[in-house]
Amino acid sequence: MPKRFNITLCDGPSCMHKNSKEIVAAIEAQLKKHELSDHVGINLSGCLGMCARGPVMIINPGYSIYGDFTEKDIPEIIEQHIKKNKPIARFIIDEDHLYNRFFRVFGDVNFFGKQMRIALRNCGIIDPENIDDYISLRGYEALAKVLTDIAPEKVIGQIKKSGLRGRGGAGFPTGIKWELTAREKSDEKFVICNADEGDPGAFMDRSAIEGDPHTIVEGMAIAGYAIGAQKGIVYIRAEYPLAVKRIKKAIADARKEGFLGQNILGTGFSFDIEVRLGAGAFVCGEETALMLSIEGHRGMPRPRPPFPSVSGLFGRPTLINNVETLANIPVIILDGAQWFSSLGTEKSKGTKVFALAGKIKNTGLVEVPMGTTLRQIIYNIGGGIPGDKQFKAVQTGGPSGGCLSEEYLDTKIDYESLAAAGSIMGSGGMIVIDEDSCMVNIAKFFLEFTQNESCGKCTPCREGTKRMLEILTRITEGKGSQEDIDKLLRLGNMIKKASLCGLGQSAPNPVLSTIKNFRAEYEEHVRDKRCRAGVCRHLLVYEITDKCVGCSACKKACPAEAISGALKQKHLIDVNKCVKCGACFKICKFGAIKKS
Amino acid sequence: MIVSDDRKISELKNFMREAKSKEHPDSQLISILHKTQELYGYLDQEVMSEIAKEMSIPTAHIWGVATFYHYFNLKPTGKHVISVCLGTACYVKGAEEILNSIRQELKIDFGQTSEDKLFTLQEARCLGACGLAPVIMIDDKIYGSLTPKKALEIIKSYRK
Amino acid sequence: MITIHINDKAYQVENDQTIMQAADKLGFHIPRLCYHPKLSIEGACRVCIVEVVGMRNYVASCAYPVSEGMKIYTNSEEIRRARRDIVELILDNHPEDCHTCERDGNCELQRLAFAMGIRKRHFEGEKKHYEKDLSSTSVIRDPNKCILCGRCVRICSEIQKVNALGYAHRGFKTVVMPAYNMPFKDSVCTTCGQCINVCPTAAFVEKNFTQELFGKLGDRSLIKVAQIAPSVRAAIGEAFALEPGRQFEKELVAALRKLGFDHVFDTQFSADLTIMEEASEFLERFQGRGKLPMITSCSSAWMKCLEQFHPDLIENVSTCKSPMSMASALIKSYFADKIKADPKKILSVAFMCCTAKKYEASRPELMVEGIQSTDMVITTRELAWMIKSAGIDLLHIKGEEFDHPLGYSSGAGTIFGVTGGVMEAAIRTAYELYTGETLLDIEIQEIRGLKGVKEGKLVIDGKEIRIAVAHGLGNANEILNTVRKDPERYHFVEIMGCPGGCIGGGGQPYAGSNSMPLDEECLMKRAEALYGLDRNKTIRRSHENPDVQRLYKEFLGRPLGPMSHKLLHTHYKAKEPRGIIPSELTVK
Repeated sequence: MPKRFNITLCDGPSCMHKNSKEIVAAIEAQLKKHELSDHVGINLSGCLGMCARGPVMIINPGYSIYGDFTEKDIPEIIEQHIKKNKPIARFIIDEDHLYNRFFRVFGDVNFFGKQMRIALRNCGIIDPENIDDYISLRGYEALAKVLTDIAPEKVIGQIKKSGLRGRGGAGFPTGIKWELTAREKSDEKFVICNADEGDPGAFMDRSAIEGDPHTIVEGMAIAGYAIGAQKGIVYIRAEYPLAVKRIKKAIADARKEGFLGQNILGTGFSFDIEVRLGAGAFVCGEETALMLSIEGHRGMPRPRPPFPSVSGLFGRPTLINNVETLANIPVIILDGAQWFSSLGTEKSKGTKVFALAGKIKNTGLVEVPMGTTLRQIIYNIGGGIPGDKQFKAVQTGGPSGGCLSEEYLDTKIDYESLAAAGSIMGSGGMIVIDEDSCMVNIAKFFLEFTQNESCGKCTPCREGTKRMLEILTRITEGKGSQEDIDKLLRLGNMIKKASLCGLGQSAPNPVLSTIKNFRAEYEEHVRDKRCRAGVCRHLLVYEITDKCVGCSACKKACPAEAISGALKQKHLIDVNKCVKCGACFKICKFGAIKKS
Repeated sequence: MIVSDDRKISELKNFMREAKSKEHPDSQLISILHKTQELYGYLDQEVMSEIAKEMSIPTAHIWGVATFYHYFNLKPTGKHVISVCLGTACYVKGAEEILNSIRQELKIDFGQTSEDKLFTLQEARCLGACGLAPVIMIDDKIYGSLTPKKALEIIKSYRK
Repeated sequence: MITIHINDKAYQVENDQTIMQAADKLGFHIPRLCYHPKLSIEGACRVCIVEVVGMRNYVASCAYPVSEGMKIYTNSEEIRRARRDIVELILDNHPEDCHTCERDGNCELQRLAFAMGIRKRHFEGEKKHYEKDLSSTSVIRDPNKCILCGRCVRICSEIQKVNALGYAHRGFKTVVMPAYNMPFKDSVCTTCGQCINVCPTAAFVEKNFTQELFGKLGDRSLIKVAQIAPSVRAAIGEAFALEPGRQFEKELVAALRKLGFDHVFDTQFSADLTIMEEASEFLERFQGRGKLPMITSCSSAWMKCLEQFHPDLIENVSTCKSPMSMASALIKSYFADKIKADPKKILSVAFMCCTAKKYEASRPELMVEGIQSTDMVITTRELAWMIKSAGIDLLHIKGEEFDHPLGYSSGAGTIFGVTGGVMEAAIRTAYELYTGETLLDIEIQEIRGLKGVKEGKLVIDGKEIRIAVAHGLGNANEILNTVRKDPERYHFVEIMGCPGGCIGGGGQPYAGSNSMPLDEECLMKRAEALYGLDRNKTIRRSHENPDVQRLYKEFLGRPLGPMSHKLLHTHYKAKEPRGIIPSELTVK
């Protein structure tokens, strides 16, 4: 079956001088000769900016940029590239990387200029609902390449060589995961894309799918080919309606264009993808829970082994990769494993997307090479903290991760060094916290989240996180004791090692890491009954200063009748009656109420 | 009888018939519940019993699934559903204050519907709009960079 | 064989098993809670965790397979501490009413807490608060005592396939409940009581009538009449810490008289009567007057299951009441006449291995002349407690004989308590009724034993009769689906609601050192106790029971006659909510 090609010839003044008209004629003649005229489009473009190497033309898909040729070379180019799909290396003038294009568009923007976009390479520069846009940027070329030229085990070899590790959290080597699933003999296997992004404060999967859904489709199809699967499932949050719509459209369009379905590109490989919606359960990001959810059950994780690679969805060998992991696949195939593995650190290759949020000037998605420091992300890309507030901590890895203090700012981001610092890479949430936040309260917030999302199956997570939350609540209310901190450590360490799934095993991390890095704040709460950030309201003391004019607004606002004083005289707060609601503080027009 | 609404139930039944024609029909349960919520706004017990019959899935199992996933409403919702994002970014930027002001204004807590049946209050995990934190979502519309005052003004605009 | 190390000692063990299985065989009992050998692996309670060298986290020994060279610590200081904390966390969310709890002294959680050495508590906080569900005639559900091990959910879905119970909500708020949290009595629960048998705590208990009964036993104006089901005598010893397999027939008669009963009858007598009716009914149907296959109707849980899950097969089911209800009907008619007593003054109490019989007793269609025929049903467990509570020494008591006229039974009546027993007893009689000759080889081995579905064939007078037996409602589903697909396949089908038949009933002694619900060895020993009683009897065919013969002569006339129809037969009808037999789904 002939492939569709598009030849764009530069018609800028410089190339025109180099006989571009003749070249067009030669191409047309050759196409006619090979009876390919119907399958190849030819168009002329404005100056492509590579005048020194003219004439210049780009053959798509593949984005092969030819230069320094003459019309005499055309028969060879048509014969080799168009007919046999073998680009001729000696004419190709640009060592093209997929990620480059993003910079051609956005490279001069400071926020983007310091990033390196691989997974998000197309986000923002293509129309995500237009498959042709994706194809024009070498979309589906990687799929075509593996299907025609690379044996499945060699594809897996490349992924292994690239050093890519799972971007969903644990960082398991992707190539090995593929290999384990490929090794199983079964007449049915599945590829699942885990798009059940649930970390509060993380939105990269959503953006990746909304911005470039075809990359996921292509990555899944390549994975399916490599492991011998015919079916793919995208498990995506129902809370992301736009992402759902776009991935569905991408799948339908890909099917229409023959990149999915039966006998893809005439190679005999068949693969199709179905979309399944989650329904608001964070634990379904855990792979066994995710599969149970697809099967129509409560998403309660089951013990492993058996691992999904052996017995997964419907008892079949199943490969589960997260969105960002899959988005890297076409790049590795086209730009090479070697190039990919040249990026990053010794054990963490490539780039990582982070959702930068919290007390930071530039919030948004950033993609940086592994090995970039936290400081670079927060200050160079994120622009630092607004209002010249003092940096206090950065939280990575979402509710499974930890809070790192200032001393860790020069930590190079990779799986191992973040773990060594007491946090995790996780799926890439990165929340900056400043002096206005209380670390005990932050730990409580995360624990509240995991507690609420615990599936309730195993005892340590169901009961243990509840008790930890009660202790933390006690501490923030000034009722904690020194012993409570020890109890948090005791429970936290037990829950980490005894829980059934990753959710429970990481749920204590925010608490353990804040105790490790901010123990002083805990001690202030229990010993001095003081919250230095002024967040824990039970620990606040309200006082009326001499600025008081005796307007009695506060007296009226107080729900506890704790304020007394005659009109036009300084009022007084009875600390024993005060419920610390802050109503007086908010209503006072004279700034006469002091909170400490 | 809620299931006597012919149009809705027949649409749901068509959906289920299609689900049954697929491989592993039981695995379509969550999709069917999504469809039910889309049609009825919530998961009614009578309708769940219909699903049980049609799909041969025990009601105790359907109930287990319906109560496990927080996306599903088990009671009718108000005309508008307000989801307050309590994701980290929103939390750090004061989502709790927004929440408290809404709670006070509507006199309802999570999962409850206001007396005038106009609003149902829900908690959202991250809505993926951290750049706009703190945010709330009313029905399908996201409102960002809120203060308690702004939030109440927005709610007022839905009262008209 | 592979080598593993447990607590620094090397052992040769078989491959392809879990750490727990290997450890059990080596004599290391790793503490456990949610694990049950007959149910799927849950891995939820985390009590059975062990340390494995090289693993970052502890592993659940119930789920994790052994492998060559594995180094396991089952009892290190660290693992002991973690386990203790886990059990402590369970206790922290559990009522502290052990002394007034039904399972005091018999509770797996209590035993575990003691074994863990918990002497002080560290993490107390909020406890769950739910309403007890007292609506069912048979089973009380108390979610506050539930520790979410999920054994009840699994037995209800995996073994019984009733799916009355499921998990609802999640996290700390997870509760085991029927759909929509409806009252148990309105659910598809068949009241089989298997959830009680496997519950480690008192989250499921039977509706207890012992106090009420003690009260009535003191009422001099009542005539107190008891009947005892076969399986009670085969299992009650286990409640007195004896090995399974010893029967207490005569001792129970003596104990019941000591408790205050005036007349002690045997349900085995009415089992013989059931056979007379049922065998006659079968022969009627076999000769073309009625639907085949005929399916037995003795098991009350199965009857509720029939009405909810299989109403299309109601016509196939025998119209015979259960032996208990036949006996009760006779107690308040035939026997009342004999002793010239007002039936309303008779207190008819049935001692059963069964919780569903409590439900059966309440069925309006089983009333006779407007009064309930069985006033009270007491399970083996309750009876054991009553005997202990009244200070009766069951183990050393002198045995006594049952009373006449409803106390003498054949061996056929005895084996009713075991799966296949009703069929075997019916054939012993049907053969003779049909051919006029006595069946000599009366032990039908094909339908004995604990295989889920058993099939057999026999030839009566040149005609082949194909029979099948299922025990446990899950197995019943299987056989009924076969019947639907191929109605000619069987002529006669026996169904018992509980695994093993009545000997595995929902009212049998709690799991403990000797009793193990669903355990084949335990069930076989109970079965053997009944088969032993049968073997030792001279009369082993129901129709040879002289008291049964006299009953027909004096009172009933003939099997299937008008009096029989009035007192011994009934009809069933479809019930809501309609139960759902899952298509392919296995509830997880």
